[in-house]
Amino acid sequence: MTLLWILLLLFFGGVFAWLSEMLDSRLPRWIALLSVVATLIPLMQLYGSFEAQRDSLWIIEFSRSWIPSLGINFLLAVDGLSLLLVGLTSFLGIIAIGAAWVEIRDRVGFFYFNLLWTLAGVVGVFTAIDLFLFFFFWEVMLIPMYFIIAIWGHENKRYAATKFFLFTQFTGMLLLVSLLCLVYFFTIQHGYLSFAYEDLLRVEVGGKLEMWLMLGFFIAFATKLPSVPFHSWLPDAHSQAPTAGSVLLAGVLLKTGAYGLIRFTLPFFPESSMKFTPVALTLSVISILYCAKVALGQSDIKRLIAYTSVSHMGFVLLGIYAWNLIGLQGAVMTMLAHGLSAAALFSLAGGLQGRLHTRELGRMGGLWALAPRMAVVALFFSVAALGMPGLGNFVGEFLSLLGVFSVSIWAAALAALGMIVASVYSLWVMQAVFQGARNTEEAQASLSDLDARELSLYGLMMVGLVLMGLFPNVFLDVSAIALEHLSSASDAFVAVRERL
Amino acid sequence: MEKEFAAMPILPSVDFDDLLLLLPHELIGLAIVVGMLSVAIGRNHFVSTVISTAGMFAAGVAAAMQLYELAMGASTTMVTTLFVIDALSALFITLLAFSAIGVAIMSFAYFHKLDDARDEFQLLLSLATLGAITLVSSAHFITVVIGLEMLSMALYGMIAYPIHSGAWAANSLESAIKYLALSAVASATMLFGMALIYAATGTLVFLEIAVATAPLFYIGLLMLFAGAAFKLSLVPFHLWTPDVYQGGPLPAVAFLATLGKVAVAVFVIRLFSQPQIGQIMAVSTVVALVAVASILVGNLLALRQTNLKRLLAYSSIAHMGYLLIAVLSISAPALSGGTVTSSLALESALFYLLVYSLLSLGAFGCAILVSSSETEAAGVEDYRGLFWRSPWLASALLVMVLGLAGIPLTAGFIAKFQVFFAAVSDSQWGLLGALVIGSAVGLFYYLRVVYQMLMPVSETEKPFALREIGLESLGVPVVIAVLTLVVLWVGIYPEPLFALITAASF
Repeated sequence: MTLLWILLLLFFGGVFAWLSEMLDSRLPRWIALLSVVATLIPLMQLYGSFEAQRDSLWIIEFSRSWIPSLGINFLLAVDGLSLLLVGLTSFLGIIAIGAAWVEIRDRVGFFYFNLLWTLAGVVGVFTAIDLFLFFFFWEVMLIPMYFIIAIWGHENKRYAATKFFLFTQFTGMLLLVSLLCLVYFFTIQHGYLSFAYEDLLRVEVGGKLEMWLMLGFFIAFATKLPSVPFHSWLPDAHSQAPTAGSVLLAGVLLKTGAYGLIRFTLPFFPESSMKFTPVALTLSVISILYCAKVALGQSDIKRLIAYTSVSHMGFVLLGIYAWNLIGLQGAVMTMLAHGLSAAALFSLAGGLQGRLHTRELGRMGGLWALAPRMAVVALFFSVAALGMPGLGNFVGEFLSLLGVFSVSIWAAALAALGMIVASVYSLWVMQAVFQGARNTEEAQASLSDLDARELSLYGLMMVGLVLMGLFPNVFLDVSAIALEHLSSASDAFVAVRERL
Repeated sequence: MEKEFAAMPILPSVDFDDLLLLLPHELIGLAIVVGMLSVAIGRNHFVSTVISTAGMFAAGVAAAMQLYELAMGASTTMVTTLFVIDALSALFITLLAFSAIGVAIMSFAYFHKLDDARDEFQLLLSLATLGAITLVSSAHFITVVIGLEMLSMALYGMIAYPIHSGAWAANSLESAIKYLALSAVASATMLFGMALIYAATGTLVFLEIAVATAPLFYIGLLMLFAGAAFKLSLVPFHLWTPDVYQGGPLPAVAFLATLGKVAVAVFVIRLFSQPQIGQIMAVSTVVALVAVASILVGNLLALRQTNLKRLLAYSSIAHMGYLLIAVLSISAPALSGGTVTSSLALESALFYLLVYSLLSLGAFGCAILVSSSETEAAGVEDYRGLFWRSPWLASALLVMVLGLAGIPLTAGFIAKFQVFFAAVSDSQWGLLGALVIGSAVGLFYYLRVVYQMLMPVSETEKPFALREIGLESLGVPVVIAVLTLVVLWVGIYPEPLFALITAASF
């Protein structure tokens, strides 16, 4: 019931936020903020009882009959892994609302409606354990995001929004076909229709077909992640989206791809995923190095951060295909830390754009003297992103590398080079924006520094990153049990892991 | 080879029970006669609309009661050898009758300002509906021909309907002539096909066709399919579709696109769910090729359309292609545990057809609400900023367009999901590929419509004048609201409709 409440809170919060615009245009943002904050209460409760999953697969479950004639049920459940990600979603939801607080001035009600429905869709993706329901949410979260980019985006929004939607929808179709094949095999092998996660774990496909089905799942999730070569939608979507949209995209939506790989692709198709590992590792190394290199060549600050996102998500892919607990923990940690640091960097870029009316690095420079607080905050998050020990990103990337080192020394060594490039671009951006000669354009003469609202948002994220860096066990303990359960999810999965 | 022709009574005996089973047909027929008499006495647009609507409503209720009895266990009945009253026909007669009411209400608003004869349109509408329900309840080729011709003949008149005011008069005549000429060829092809099938099997009752291996039989089947493919506007018989859609008055096109296609599609589904027919390799190969071609051509050509009616025309070509995928999976040889798969495919075909007609009618309804016989909102850019100017109407149109694109929360998603499932269960990989590509391409042009609605109108341009909702168009928002709610309801909780369709599939 708790899980349903979280979803309903977001869905109805969105509807009320939209309707409340008729009364007062300042009301929607308060309603939105209130409903997202309210979701934190049940989440805290669940966090308190995460030990419960030692005995069972899930901390808490919710199940209702939905479409019995197709074997579809309304099944929600969380384990430690999904709990962390739902927590991240709620947290970044607050950040996104804060980022939109003054930036969004027109059609406010509809904006917060879309924002909350995106959050609801993402929470649904993280909690659904009926595959039909999962796919339902997977598609549902795209539409409000499309609206956010298409209505409140920047100069080239139509192209970016359409590209985003087409990429994810097309690969979503591949996911659907693979998923239905899986269900079909289940029906043949067990004599009844079911879309339930725990049922589908028992399917044995085998042979060449399993590889194809695995690819259907992999491509859909790798597009969301994104990984080279499915990443080209991301820089466009990010640079055109309003700040809150970028925060949600980078912070939360990308994580659904990684979640899908961990939760579904590997456990459903252990045999062919194992065969696919070299390819996946190669893709992740290419993502890390190539996108870091491309980031260096960008002059648009949001595009630059977008490419670094792809580069960092490469570490997640790396950790997932390391096939051991350390690697997986690294992937989870990177997801959480990158969620915060990318959200903060995009907020900063949005803040700069709001003040300077440009995203071009060439038109910035020497801002430290004008906006010292902003500069310090930017320095903190840049350093976090480049992997400074003591902050969350370091823990995540280090664990990913450690995990993969035992599998492939080459992949680990090459991926580690990415951390060097990361420091190059992070520091380069700092210099280009905040140091050097002052740009004398008019807009920059009266640059205002961060205000209290912005400072408190960044402060929250800083606390989060330091907490992850210094006390990673607060998070890792929660995910550890879930990941252990997951790795013994099906007999075939166990068999494959034992061969390592 | 010797054939025995059973002596068929020239005038089969019809008793009262049989007449009762044909009540929906009779009620609409009665309404047509009453309508004609009332026009003879005095012309009144409102009265003729009420008469035709009442006939359809009575027919719809009668069919719904039949459906209820059949679902409760009453058995399928043949009325002579011409008609079959089973749950399938009862379900679709109900659907057709109620959709026709929707079209009648829409055309009342649309033709309200026309300063010429307006009453005949309602008569033609009733006649076309009678043709459509005859077609879905036919068991015999004769009834098929009668139903199809009644439907087509009335449609010629509806498409050509004289719209003196405005720039549409010439267009509607042109498109009606196009439809007339091509439709006549299609009917002739179908008749030829029926003749060949009769020559090969010796029966015209297509529900009882025994398989013949003679080449004549195959050729006959293919000709029959070609004729039906024309009416369903499947590639390569689709060339008339965009022009007719663009030129005809909106209510006539709405009828053609929904009821006209549904009736023919039900006939095709009946034909292909005969186990012997669907398994003929030569026929199913051709049908599969037609399906793939329709999906690809329809979606690709829709990409560059700037006229909403043409866009919907091409999208309907693609949708009929999707439908064929489900139809093909019905007849495929059953795999292990095959009973699951074949009934699934049949249900998904019927479900798809139902949902498609709701969505399409809803989309046309929204267009009709902003148009009249004087000016039609035809261009996609006419809808710019609709979301901010008229939020409720735009939300309804949004639901319809997203439904046609197969996005969740709408019935369109469930329908497409089922077609995917049917194709997967039947291992139709080639068709699945076309379905995936077609759906992705389709999104592109549906999104264009959505994007136009979301864009604010800039101050310099003059937006398309929205029509005032007057007394005459009061019914249209109600129809649209009902359709939107049904589409959302089915999209979120499809179980009741599944149960209904399971009862209706044989």
